[in-house]
Amino acid sequence: MLVKENLQTGANGRETFVLNLGPQHPATHGVLRVKMEMDGEYVMRAEPVCGYIHRMQEKMGENRTYAQFLPNTSRIDYLSAMNYTHAFVGAVERALKLQIPPRVEFIRVITSELNRISSHLVWWGAFLLDLGGFTPLLYAFDDREKILDLLEGISGARLTYCYYRIGGLYNDVDDEFLEGTRAFVKHMRPRLDMYRDLVTDNIILRKRLEGIGPISAELCRRYGACGPVMRGSGVPYDVRRAEPYSVYPEFDFEIPVFPEGDSMARYRVRMEELEQSLRIIEQALDKLPAGPVMADKVPRVLKLPAGDYCYAVEAARGRFLVRIVSDGKEQAYRVKLRTPCLSNLSLFEEASRGMLLPDALALMGSLDLVIPDIDR
Amino acid sequence: MQTLLTFLSSEPIRLLVALVAIMSFVGANAAYLVWVERKGAGRFQRRPGPTEVGWAGLLQPIADAAKLLSKQLIVPPGVDRALFRLAPVLMMPPALMSLAVIPWGESLAARDINVGLLMIFAFGSINVMAIMLGGWSSRNKYAIMSAARVVSQNVAYEIPMLLVVITMILVTGTMNLNEIVRQQAGPFWHWNLFRVWVNPLMPVTFLIFFICMLAETNRAPFDMAEAESELVAGAFTEYSSMGFGVFFMAEYANILLGCALGTVLFLGGWQSPIGLWPGVFWFLLKLYLLVFSVVWIRWTFPRTQFYGLLNLSWKILIPVSLFTLALSAAMMKLLRL
Repeated sequence: MLVKENLQTGANGRETFVLNLGPQHPATHGVLRVKMEMDGEYVMRAEPVCGYIHRMQEKMGENRTYAQFLPNTSRIDYLSAMNYTHAFVGAVERALKLQIPPRVEFIRVITSELNRISSHLVWWGAFLLDLGGFTPLLYAFDDREKILDLLEGISGARLTYCYYRIGGLYNDVDDEFLEGTRAFVKHMRPRLDMYRDLVTDNIILRKRLEGIGPISAELCRRYGACGPVMRGSGVPYDVRRAEPYSVYPEFDFEIPVFPEGDSMARYRVRMEELEQSLRIIEQALDKLPAGPVMADKVPRVLKLPAGDYCYAVEAARGRFLVRIVSDGKEQAYRVKLRTPCLSNLSLFEEASRGMLLPDALALMGSLDLVIPDIDR
Repeated sequence: MQTLLTFLSSEPIRLLVALVAIMSFVGANAAYLVWVERKGAGRFQRRPGPTEVGWAGLLQPIADAAKLLSKQLIVPPGVDRALFRLAPVLMMPPALMSLAVIPWGESLAARDINVGLLMIFAFGSINVMAIMLGGWSSRNKYAIMSAARVVSQNVAYEIPMLLVVITMILVTGTMNLNEIVRQQAGPFWHWNLFRVWVNPLMPVTFLIFFICMLAETNRAPFDMAEAESELVAGAFTEYSSMGFGVFFMAEYANILLGCALGTVLFLGGWQSPIGLWPGVFWFLLKLYLLVFSVVWIRWTFPRTQFYGLLNLSWKILIPVSLFTLALSAAMMKLLRL
């Protein structure tokens, strides 16, 4: 029973009502609130309300030393902590002009790609959960568990890793990790085939995703969308290729691009990326050089020379950029964290207009939102 | 002694015994199908499922029931109190009533009436009304959207379901469920499912029946009423305690009824697949095989879209079931079966 004050007249002259999706709703996977103006089951306007878990990460970056702020970066997008710490240590190292030993960069690539796989697996499971399929989640978590065990062995953490240090790594990888990673790559390939047969080719899933929630490259450009969302709209932009960092130029891998722009395209981009990440890991394991895991002459007290430094990485959800403005003190003058999820969420309002509620939620799931990454 | 036997076999007592038996059967099944569902889901998902309460978690349903019963029954302010309370009550009886005409064995049916099939479908739609009332009276936007979905879903799936049933009545020539089973005596190729000489599309008819049954009982992949990731808990969002529990029990009772009907109409009921030793054992075996496939489907497929569901019914199932009906009629006329 809808009471009168809930009803209002929408843009199309029909009576509409406001549906609060969240902050506690099974489909938002976190404390995101979307205020939806609905005409029956049609979404007339969806207004994301952010800020429920805003933690002032940028401000924290400005009143801590660089080493102290480092663990914070792994709490922004907690699902791809490796990539995020990579961006921060990268920015500091660039400012200090440190020579990073090649072994460090190779291990960073291996762990970052492992982290990307585990992040995509969580997305895959949670997305299928949004679509009403419960079982894939547990299969994905089964595989992810293997990655978590590997990364726990070297970093001591299972989720919010702080494995990269400014100038190097916390410690060297052992044979157990290398063997385990090889075994994981071997294990994961047939699993990807199974996922394709069981889920991707399923007619119900394809009907739910194909042609649903089209996002044009133009829309991506206007909202600054990035990562798989953008590559699912046919824009072959990947930071690993476009603004090469670390040792990525040494590897042979493809940037999966699908021009359709629908939810299925974004789905396929991520599924392809799993395979490409496995390829990168394989090559990096083969080429892994020996050497130290810490740069020489890393100053005990980190004081960045005055200036403006940027470092971007391709995180699991897109381009993550750390910008540090330094005035020569121990603490940064300004830290700017450019996170992919905020811009990916921004286009939701325009893209979801006129969609049915289940389709809008499929679109939202295909954007792969991590709420702390939006609010940070 | 003689008087006692006469008394025991008298109609009111017989009815009472049958009613108690059915109610306890449904009650036990509703509780233990939850266990089967959870255990099955666990196995499909490579985990053990409930293990803690009792051996292999067998006492889990009892613990769940005790928990649900001890919870407060919250009636939110502003709901239509009468309808809100009436809805769960309306859920259960139709399924119980319908089970009264199911022939479990040759002479094991609470009521062996000649219009059994008609009766099941007469009662079949009442639980839809109960879900609708529950959603409507909850005064919750999610619940009301779910209620609207349930009504249109059930209107859409009632039609192919009835067309299939009419085909079956045409083929068997009776609405008496026990008579339908008796006609399928002998080895398994005598079952209606394989009666391809009357209608070559008989397996397709069974498939349509099974899909409609899934949709009518609001089971995944057609669980529009609940649609957890979209509508929170759909029509049951505002229900707590045993009000919620009754909706759940009714869902399983309806699955049981749907599978029992499928067994009777297509799989030869209590007839044995090898033509020997017919009995209630075979009925239960076939029934639970169907129930298992319902569980299996739920834990394998994602949910369909709502309009996909309606399109499936109006554009595929209704034309196909109409075609099988016409085909059976034509075959029977031409071959004088």
